[in-house]
Amino acid sequence: MIHPIPFLLLAAVAVAAALGMLLSHNAVHSALYLVLNFITVAIFYLALNAPFIAMVQVTVYAGAIVVLFLFVIMLLGAERLRSPVDEVRGPERFHRYTAILLALVLVGVAAYLLFQGGVDMTGVDTTAGATLDASPQALGLALFQSYVFPFQVTGVLLLAAIAGVVIFGHTKKRGEDNA
Amino acid sequence: MTPGAIAIRALIIGFIISLAVITGFAYTTLLERKVLARLQHRVGPNRAGYIPIPWRGGEKRLLGGFMQPAADAVKLFMKEDPTPAKVDRVTYNIAPMLAVIPAILILAVIPWAPAFRLGPWRFTPYFAVAPGINVGVLFILAVTSISVYGVILAGWASNSKYAVLGGIRASAQMISYELALGIIVLIPIMMANSMNLGDIVEAQRPVWFIFIQPLAAIVFFIAALAELQRAPFDLLEAEQELSAGFNVEYAGMRFGMFFMAEYMKMISLSAIFSTFFLGGYGGPFVDRLPWLGFIYIILKIIFCLVLMIWIRASLPRLRYDQLMGFGWKGLLPIAVLNFIITAVLIVMAEEGTLAPLLDTVRQFFIG
Repeated sequence: MIHPIPFLLLAAVAVAAALGMLLSHNAVHSALYLVLNFITVAIFYLALNAPFIAMVQVTVYAGAIVVLFLFVIMLLGAERLRSPVDEVRGPERFHRYTAILLALVLVGVAAYLLFQGGVDMTGVDTTAGATLDASPQALGLALFQSYVFPFQVTGVLLLAAIAGVVIFGHTKKRGEDNA
Repeated sequence: MTPGAIAIRALIIGFIISLAVITGFAYTTLLERKVLARLQHRVGPNRAGYIPIPWRGGEKRLLGGFMQPAADAVKLFMKEDPTPAKVDRVTYNIAPMLAVIPAILILAVIPWAPAFRLGPWRFTPYFAVAPGINVGVLFILAVTSISVYGVILAGWASNSKYAVLGGIRASAQMISYELALGIIVLIPIMMANSMNLGDIVEAQRPVWFIFIQPLAAIVFFIAALAELQRAPFDLLEAEQELSAGFNVEYAGMRFGMFFMAEYMKMISLSAIFSTFFLGGYGGPFVDRLPWLGFIYIILKIIFCLVLMIWIRASLPRLRYDQLMGFGWKGLLPIAVLNFIITAVLIVMAEEGTLAPLLDTVRQFFIG
């Protein structure tokens, strides 16, 4: 387990980074706060004795996905939030209120479960000797032996997503129908 | 040792190695200029600092130009370092740091020498800043994937069209070649049956992986060149198209920090290549004299650096579509095929079906 003082410090950084991501008016700054948040979470994984997950978190989320976000933001030139003077029209008007409502529901359900004892906290054995084997070997064996069917299904789902992107992104060139 | 003592020792070693790499960076620039000059039939920098030989009347000079890096550093520090008016200040200032930090971080897991004892300290299982990390290879991949931020943010924060184009080119190129690099890295892992870099070095004791897997080594080297954005993949700083690419708005030492990052990454990727394919610190007599490990790995790193410089002097720059096509249609399929064949052969060897198969093939051809 992790000592309370570094835990609180890290948690403060993580929450501050998440808030910074939400409140920043510049999309590129938001993406950077998101990277900071991902890296803090990776350090939590390290402290919880799961180095493989920590490294994959940094590689995939902080490395690949946010770089793709930045790529899109920079290509579209969409880093500036629209100024509040502009009238927001259409269904976009309700986005903010819907999000706040859903966040309140989430917090409410989580608080209810925590305080009513809906989550069984006693079952988790947190003594030092009882840590899960989170080594790459154990993880690979679990993925390819115990959970091979869900793993394959996830792979097919991702493939379907890639195929969808290719189909939507493919614009027909003029005159291609005649060919 | 208590965790605190381990942490303090790691800090001290890390500080020493960082300083060594900064010196190494300075002399890599000199090496590059000298080797490039020789390959182009020039002399190269030979003015700043030399050792005169008195009995030849001061005519003959030894090591001409060995103070050139110091002169360059003084020049860069003395230069005016203006910040352009409409830049995004915070991002503009942290971008050079984000470029340099990952380049140094990679060196934390490189094994420099086998286990030895120095006074009260015992370095086991091998000498590194952070020895015994069982996911060392993944750490390298994670840090290389972070290192794209320096370039892309420098391009965006400069608020200049050329710089943004350079940054976008950089990010696209690094994402494309990271895939091939990531898959090729699996091959030494499978051969050594471990993600620990020390185990990978020890597994190469009988024979280096470059002789078993020459194709993988070549693909790794090419992908590393592309990841470094060195010639022939240095599109993001194509002068005739982008003036200078992502660093066009920078000056002084902040400009120099991008070069620092580039040369440090050259050193760290050479160290990784040596560790994965050239046997790391391994070499003759390294068991009895562990200190030789430092010399072997440094010689291997210098060999890789000279190879990179030689390639820069020999090959013209690729066109952008050629670069992307080469990465996705050339390197990636080769890497995947190599990976699959290696995996199948390893499983066959473990199950004992490889030797009978080879016997059958031999009998078929020899009779």
